[in-house]
Amino acid sequence: MFHFSNIVRTKGDPRIVEGGPSLKRPEDQLARALGWFSIGLGVVEFFAPRRVTETLGVEGHETLVRAFGVREILAGIMSLSVDKNAGLWARVGGDGLDAAALLSGLTADNPKKGNIALALLMVGGIAMLDYRAAQDTKPQRPPRDARRKLYPNRSGFPKGIESARSAAKQIAAHATVGQS
Amino acid sequence: MKALVWHGKEDIRCDTVTDPEIQDPRDAIIKVTSCAICGSDLHLFHNFIPGMLPGDIMGHETMGEVVEVGSGVDGKLKKGDRIVVPFTIICGECDQCKRGNFSVCETTNRKRHLAEKVFGHSCAGLFGYTHLTGGYPGGQAEYLRVPFADATHIKVPDGVPDEQLLFLSDIFPTGWQAAVHCDIEPTDTVAIWGCGPVGQMAIRSAILLGANQVIAIDCLPERLSMAEAGGATTINFETESVVERLNELTDGKGPEKCIDCAGMEAHVLASQPDTLLDRAKQMVMLESDRPHVLREMIYVCRPGGVISVAGVYSGLSDNMPMGAFMNKGLTMRTGQTHVNRWSDDLLHRIEEGQIDPSFVITHTVPLSQGPEMYQVFRDKRDSCVKVVLKP
Repeated sequence: MFHFSNIVRTKGDPRIVEGGPSLKRPEDQLARALGWFSIGLGVVEFFAPRRVTETLGVEGHETLVRAFGVREILAGIMSLSVDKNAGLWARVGGDGLDAAALLSGLTADNPKKGNIALALLMVGGIAMLDYRAAQDTKPQRPPRDARRKLYPNRSGFPKGIESARSAAKQIAAHATVGQS
Repeated sequence: MKALVWHGKEDIRCDTVTDPEIQDPRDAIIKVTSCAICGSDLHLFHNFIPGMLPGDIMGHETMGEVVEVGSGVDGKLKKGDRIVVPFTIICGECDQCKRGNFSVCETTNRKRHLAEKVFGHSCAGLFGYTHLTGGYPGGQAEYLRVPFADATHIKVPDGVPDEQLLFLSDIFPTGWQAAVHCDIEPTDTVAIWGCGPVGQMAIRSAILLGANQVIAIDCLPERLSMAEAGGATTINFETESVVERLNELTDGKGPEKCIDCAGMEAHVLASQPDTLLDRAKQMVMLESDRPHVLREMIYVCRPGGVISVAGVYSGLSDNMPMGAFMNKGLTMRTGQTHVNRWSDDLLHRIEEGQIDPSFVITHTVPLSQGPEMYQVFRDKRDSCVKVVLKP
């Protein structure tokens, strides 16, 4: 990617000779892939709900499919953001909703129940990936009750705070005398 | 040479890059002896500020030794000089520079057309801070080309350690300017939101400028302890109501002067619903900044008071309480810091022993550990407040 961005660099500006290691972990890449997948699926659900309901034999539920599409897009955007963990948990929750909706369509009189079973299998697989990614991308911030180092001796005033305060007061007093 | 290079969101790497070259007679090259990670680098780490490209070198808090000068530097610098590099690149000749408004230098942004589109007018070029401000390679590297080096430098004496001088490049003058913008009077209460490195400098600056009372607001114990050490009364916004406590500490009048050292990535807290809304909007690119601190400052500031904004904002902020701002007759002052306007005075104060800015450093590591330290600093792990990198 940086090879393309080098086009806009001024001659003489440093360019990469050898890339260093990235701190991106495989779970970050998985989160990214799931985020884009979520957006893609959401776009299909939002713009082609009829195609989805026909495939699953649940015609008449286009509005619900559209709503699920919006949910997928939002969860996808969140999974691609710095708050990816929240996005991935949102996807896990969404997987549950998807499974519930699919199960409700798995009736004996549905001629497309085979497709629903296949979709359920896919949702299950994706849900496992979502759950794994959500577990692995937990924020690394220390918990609120973690022991922290404190810095009670770092005043920054080598002569002490009182000296800094009194110097400031003297300057202010001189300024007042100067004005009167 | 080695340098910390931006490759994308949350992806900074220590790469080997070509050495910088003199491109213009007014250039100089320095061998970097110390550089630091700034809180505003985290906005780039998170890709919240547009205009970064893979391959950009990070860093705008840098100092070092001059190893090469261009023919047009005109004797103002020579090989072997020790300099701190201001994060704002200045020409020293344009109308704004002559007025001391260095951070809006009219000359140095070499991609000014981008800034003009976004901001209406161009501002100064900055080191390592997006192509909106010139796309200049930054100083988290072994060497740095300093453009307009005859003006863009602060010469510093030998004998004073790097750690005391490095922050003249940004956070010390930024905290100082934020306090100066408040026109502090001896009876004033100054409230400061955010106790990161700039907030810590603003606290000390407000004390040095004679504030009667300084109140510091944050939620991290290590930062609050450091603020208290610097003479501030502290408020933990996770456990206390900021508005109630500020009114309590000012006999219900509110602080006369309020300083925002938090900026566009204000803490998101369930008890502050506006922060949740801002975060949601920011995520879907309906809002670029999270201006909770600005809203709170306007609400709590004493009528007739001053709001000073040192924290970085990048674009659009929603739901600003302009009714309160207008009816309370508040004044807002802001801007990137005019570093060279303050550097002589601040250097003198350091040399005199009035202040030692090195108090803020909690981590010093080799440059190669920079990528990890971005994460440590971002996640506030290991009670990290300020990271200095040694190439």
